[in-house]
Amino acid sequence: MSVRVGEAAQAPDFPAAAKDLLANAQLRKNVRHATDVITNKRAKVVVEMSDWQALRESGHRIKEHVLRHLDYYLDQFEAACTAAGGRVHWARDADEANRIIVEILHTHKASEVIKVKTMTSDEIGLNAALESAGIQPQETDLADLIVQLGNDKPSHIVVPALHRNKTEIRRLFLEKMNLSELGDRPEDLAEAARRYLREKFLRVKFAISGANFAIAETGSVCVVESEGNGRMCVSLPEVLITLVGIEKVIPKFQDLEVFLQLLPRSATGERMNPYNSIWTGLTPGDGPREFHVVLLDNGRTNVLADEHSRETLDCIRCGACLNACPVYRQTGGLAYGSVYAGPIGAILTPQLQSMEHSQSLPYASSLCGACYEVCPVKINIPEILIHLRSKLVQNGDPPISERLAMKGASFALSNSHRFSAAQKLARIGQKPFERNGTIRKLPGTLAGWTESRDLPAIPAESFREWWARRQKSKL
Amino acid sequence: MLVSLFITCYNDTLFPETGRAVVTLLERLGHTVEFRQAQTCCGQMHYNTGYQRETFPMMRRFLDVFEDAEIVCIPSSSCVAMIRDHYPKMAAETGNRAICERVDELLPRVFEFTELLIDKLGVTDVLASFPHSVTLHPSCHSLRSLHLGQRPRRLLQKVHGLKLIDLPESDQCCGFGGTFAVKNADVSVAMLSDKVRCVLDTGAEICTAVDNSCLMHIQGALSRHGTGVRCMHIAEILAATDSGEYE
Repeated sequence: MSVRVGEAAQAPDFPAAAKDLLANAQLRKNVRHATDVITNKRAKVVVEMSDWQALRESGHRIKEHVLRHLDYYLDQFEAACTAAGGRVHWARDADEANRIIVEILHTHKASEVIKVKTMTSDEIGLNAALESAGIQPQETDLADLIVQLGNDKPSHIVVPALHRNKTEIRRLFLEKMNLSELGDRPEDLAEAARRYLREKFLRVKFAISGANFAIAETGSVCVVESEGNGRMCVSLPEVLITLVGIEKVIPKFQDLEVFLQLLPRSATGERMNPYNSIWTGLTPGDGPREFHVVLLDNGRTNVLADEHSRETLDCIRCGACLNACPVYRQTGGLAYGSVYAGPIGAILTPQLQSMEHSQSLPYASSLCGACYEVCPVKINIPEILIHLRSKLVQNGDPPISERLAMKGASFALSNSHRFSAAQKLARIGQKPFERNGTIRKLPGTLAGWTESRDLPAIPAESFREWWARRQKSKL
Repeated sequence: MLVSLFITCYNDTLFPETGRAVVTLLERLGHTVEFRQAQTCCGQMHYNTGYQRETFPMMRRFLDVFEDAEIVCIPSSSCVAMIRDHYPKMAAETGNRAICERVDELLPRVFEFTELLIDKLGVTDVLASFPHSVTLHPSCHSLRSLHLGQRPRRLLQKVHGLKLIDLPESDQCCGFGGTFAVKNADVSVAMLSDKVRCVLDTGAEICTAVDNSCLMHIQGALSRHGTGVRCMHIAEILAATDSGEYE
């Protein structure tokens, strides 16, 4: 099995990518503005829910239950979907999923396919696979279209073009849509995209969608969105292929009651998504004539196997943790080198790839806890980050200098006499660097601190020394 | 009440004045403070960086040292969070029932400094006097792990002469995050710059918090840029009186 998460395996380390992005003032401004807007909207519609914490708990419990019985619910979904006229395919990894999708399209001699709401397709690199098979993919979600036209990468789970502002988007549309003139109001840009996409919706007979939920009980698939482009994508074409990560299955139709309250409020700060599409297999005379579901593993069972971090799979892709994360708010999503950015990306991407790549991501967090606080399904992201760090340490991944320093510190701190001695040594060791109680420059790893921050010098008397002196003087 | 002080390793080494302030204040309130010399560190840095195995001896030491303490006071919310949130899990990992029980028995007696004052000792007015303008940075662990809420604020509001100024965007992390500050120095500094801008916007003379770790980070930038704004642990403000400094 070859698990692949987009191009994450080749992406630079987080600190290096972040350093470059931090130098881009426009990008930081765009990211800050967008995350502020969504965060404030979310806060307003969450605070009005008196049972928000109970809803979070329900969401968490349902997901926990599903993961414990995933095999059962996936089988149930397959049976129900098949009975309703759908065809279910199982894909072990990215290559297998791409092959299945290309084969279906080849059978129909498709040369073009419209796509909507499928970040999972970015995970498996579907667009590249389609292009090399002679099939032109066309993104129809507005933000995905912006990313595709700009030959760009998505930087947010819910708003993939969040790093672009309207001036940049106008310039892109003018060039790529061959327009002679275009206003710069959001409605002008939306109108241009509408005209551009409407032609594709009416012409192209094949579509690929993602899914927010797959309902085991009924075999239904659910996609929520704001634009209606998704609704057109899943209803107009003759052949519809829906790519679904295996963790997206939920037991009952009624469970949507919980998730359709949690998701829109967390994702876009809306009480309800403008478009909630739910379909079950095929309906003669209405919608597609052929419906395929591709159930994708691509490393998800690796995540499931680790009891300390399996709740990563609870994620409903709302993106609230990205908006709340002070690290993401500085760098934006591109620094994470993965289709999954922010705190959830920092735990999901390395796990999908069995920790073989993206090892810098679990460290891309100050563990401030803001992600856990907003997560609608209560994924304890800081805990999982720490767990993944410990896995990296067990694998001997951190540099030897760090491992030795940590071992040394543990040795010194496990005994108060050794600790006192270490304090005294450090006090002597700092002498060449100290001036007036401040350290402005240190060598080695600690230079990372002193490059832009002062450090206090170790004072002449530690607390324990003061205490000992005080006790003596009392005698 | 007999209060056993867990000073924490970095306060012991770098910020002894915070410990002296805690002692001064608790004694002024009529309590007895003891300091058990065998104490060292809670293990937070090791644990959060992924060195779980190296953290166990520190947890054992903490249990050995404080097992029979009446009350343990810790002037650092992140160390309390380490003990409260992670020791039970670490103990469970050992599969050793005795250790789990020792942790469970000790935890209810472990208090963060402002929790101790308000929840256990029932005081908000500690008869302090500090005629300066102060802004409060609510540290991440105090907010989201210990849920200290208004406790630090309520204590500061009772301090004679103190002018408390609201910190904008106060719930944002200062970017310290332990080894994060070094491993991801550029992002850490970007976060710190936002925090410092907010602190300077208040015009306060002093920035305070219940954690010296965040304060060391914020002070690092305030000092580097010659702002003249000073960071002080909340215990040092609460220990101050008209007659001047504490011990």
